[in-house]
Amino acid sequence: MEKKVFKRTGGLTDIPMRYCPGCGHGIIHRLVAEVIEELGVQKRTIGIAPVGCSVFADEYFNCDMIQPPHGRGPAVATGMKRIRPDCVVFSYQGDGDLASIGMAETVHAAARAENITIIFVNNAIYGMTGGQMAPTTLIGMKSTTSPFGRDVKRAGYPIRMCEFLAALDAPGYLVRVSVHKPANVMKAKKAVKKAFQVQMEGLGFSMVEIISQCPTDWFLTPLQAVEYVEKQMIPYYPLGEYKTPFKKEEGKKEAKDKIEVEFRTDFN
Amino acid sequence: MYQGVIMSGFGGQGIVSAGILLANAGMIEDKYVTFFPAYGAEMRGGTANCSVVVSSEEVSSPVVARPDTVIVMNEPSLHRFESQLKPGGLMLINSSLVAAKPKREDIEIVFVDANTIAEKIGTLKVANMVMLGAYSKKTGAVNVDSLIKSLPKVYKKAKEDMLKKNQEALRKGMEEV
Amino acid sequence: MTERILMKGNEALAEGAVRAGCRFFAGYPITPQNEIPEYMSWRLPEVGGTFIQAESEVAAINMIFGASACGARVMTSSSGPGISLKQEGISYIAGAEIPIFYADIMRGGPGLGNIAPAQGDYFQATRGGGHGDYRVIVFAPNSVIEMGNFPRICYELADKYRMPSMILADGLLGQMMEPIVYDFEPIDPKDFPEKDYLLGCTEGRERRVVRSYDLRPGYLEKNTLKLEKKFKSIEENEVRYDDTNMEGADLVMVAFGTASRVCKSAIPLAKEAGMKVGLLRPITLWPFPMKVLRQIADEVEHILVVEMNIGQMVEDVKLAVEGKSQVHFYGRPSGSVPVTEEIFEQVKMILKK
Repeated sequence: MEKKVFKRTGGLTDIPMRYCPGCGHGIIHRLVAEVIEELGVQKRTIGIAPVGCSVFADEYFNCDMIQPPHGRGPAVATGMKRIRPDCVVFSYQGDGDLASIGMAETVHAAARAENITIIFVNNAIYGMTGGQMAPTTLIGMKSTTSPFGRDVKRAGYPIRMCEFLAALDAPGYLVRVSVHKPANVMKAKKAVKKAFQVQMEGLGFSMVEIISQCPTDWFLTPLQAVEYVEKQMIPYYPLGEYKTPFKKEEGKKEAKDKIEVEFRTDFN
Repeated sequence: MYQGVIMSGFGGQGIVSAGILLANAGMIEDKYVTFFPAYGAEMRGGTANCSVVVSSEEVSSPVVARPDTVIVMNEPSLHRFESQLKPGGLMLINSSLVAAKPKREDIEIVFVDANTIAEKIGTLKVANMVMLGAYSKKTGAVNVDSLIKSLPKVYKKAKEDMLKKNQEALRKGMEEV
Repeated sequence: MTERILMKGNEALAEGAVRAGCRFFAGYPITPQNEIPEYMSWRLPEVGGTFIQAESEVAAINMIFGASACGARVMTSSSGPGISLKQEGISYIAGAEIPIFYADIMRGGPGLGNIAPAQGDYFQATRGGGHGDYRVIVFAPNSVIEMGNFPRICYELADKYRMPSMILADGLLGQMMEPIVYDFEPIDPKDFPEKDYLLGCTEGRERRVVRSYDLRPGYLEKNTLKLEKKFKSIEENEVRYDDTNMEGADLVMVAFGTASRVCKSAIPLAKEAGMKVGLLRPITLWPFPMKVLRQIADEVEHILVVEMNIGQMVEDVKLAVEGKSQVHFYGRPSGSVPVTEEIFEQVKMILKK
């Protein structure tokens, strides 16, 4: 007799995704959807789609969804969660959405300790508009608005959001993960689950920054893109937990230097 | 009956609360009233003024461009509003703080030594009430009893003792004119 | 509340919103509307509501977007500079057909301008304000009583038509005090009409999506044409205005808000001087009372539009009368409030008396 060892998560709709080959969004959508399903909160989850490639998240996630203006996800999430504290509210955002145009909304939602979860997909580029420079574009990285490579004299430095938000007292859970290798994908899922659990336990603002790959706008093959994440992105954006309510006081520096993450497993 | 009045002085002299008190008194007499404060950018120490209309008929314009009465609590207010006062209008001047005299001869001028009277009552803060008492007696726009009845409604946080001092100041003001 | 109480326009507006069932307010400080958030900050918690001082007007409008999509009666307020910032959100909300209510307590502009009463935001309010094809229902109160009682109507219309509604008032109406009585009993949020588009719990129903975009060719057009139909129905059914002394008038003044009160005060002066002058006051600025103006234009030679700006509503008046009457304009922009005598002078000039 055959045994079913893999099935499509009910957390996603049947609509086929239209992301490019090698793009991280599909994986990340799936992780979030699986977590929602596993936590048994699918019937009371509201998702917020960003503006950018993943604007279509409102078609893909199999729960109530809203699509607000570019960068305003955390503000919309604030209004929703305050009115429906019984619901699980997550805002799915890209780097332009979260760290550029929506920086104020992000920082203040975090500072107010809004009990919401942010899934922050950092692929260092504006995908949908055609590969322009993002606030997280690495130094020297080429984009259609930094064609000679990001020059710090003209375009400044990339922003590390986890480290930035960790300076605030309020956030409950801040973590950076990646989805460029199977092992990292598994860790990413655990981080997403933990972030949702932080919200469900009322422990405040949680954000999972996910380093993702964009082969199309990086002008790389999917394989080369994975290598780029490993060799270029992660050294600048170290993986790890930057704030967690589950451990004793952890020095910022310690977290920052730590690349491999130890996840608490007693939730799983 | 229509009385458009402008009260003016320094910020902190209780100009706005005196205006609200007058409007409230008019309201409980079932008259039509409007109150409009000049809401400047300064929080303290600047000039403060407000306009109040008390009328037996519906108040169309809340803007008091040609006041029937001007209550002058400091010298800059005298210069600012002298020309706006209607011919035959009333100017009530706090003579404790205003040394200058109006140049116009087509208006009625009444001096009230408001600060001195207030000090005798025990606090300078009630100088505004002295002026308001004088105003109610001179114009009959509202009855002093209505002003007294309005005191706890306007000064919601005031202690009993302070309400009494305000009351006394209103009455003393009446006696002055 | 049958007893008349003396209230500031801004506070009457805030209280009126709470009585109409508002349970969520997000705003950012700006003069001359600060009494609204200040009032909400203590009043909403009393009724189990939520007040948030947002980091910006941009965040505030989006907070109420989210809260309304989850079923609350919501409000935000600002003055011109802040309303400009909110326009992005208002456009999305209009596109997503979510009801919201907001107030613009106008000050002098453009730019930072000043904090004095003005009516320079008429265009912004009546044309939608943000990008794209949409309208917002605009009420223009002219007294503290109306500041307090209009929010209920605004909420009802916002719910009925699933769109933003607003109060457009100048700083004088926000700052002045007048006696007020509310003409309605407080509304319990439990009694709100049922909405089949709210987000939250999907138990026993299909998932819902609130969005303002549709990238499929032709689909957005269909949706916008649907909006157009809705707007036409509002233009047909929701026009409100007030008129005074219209019988046999030689000249009709058209004004809203504070300017309409100053105009009204000029009527007795004109009467004394033997002139028949009427006043039409649009209460809804959108939908605009086009039909009644067209009728007036059939009978009256002169129309005088008075505004606290350099001429905005006058364009709508001209559209309505289609050249049948002479339309005159008198405006005091950027913080100056006209006085009775000024209006009377204009009337005399036009009627050559």
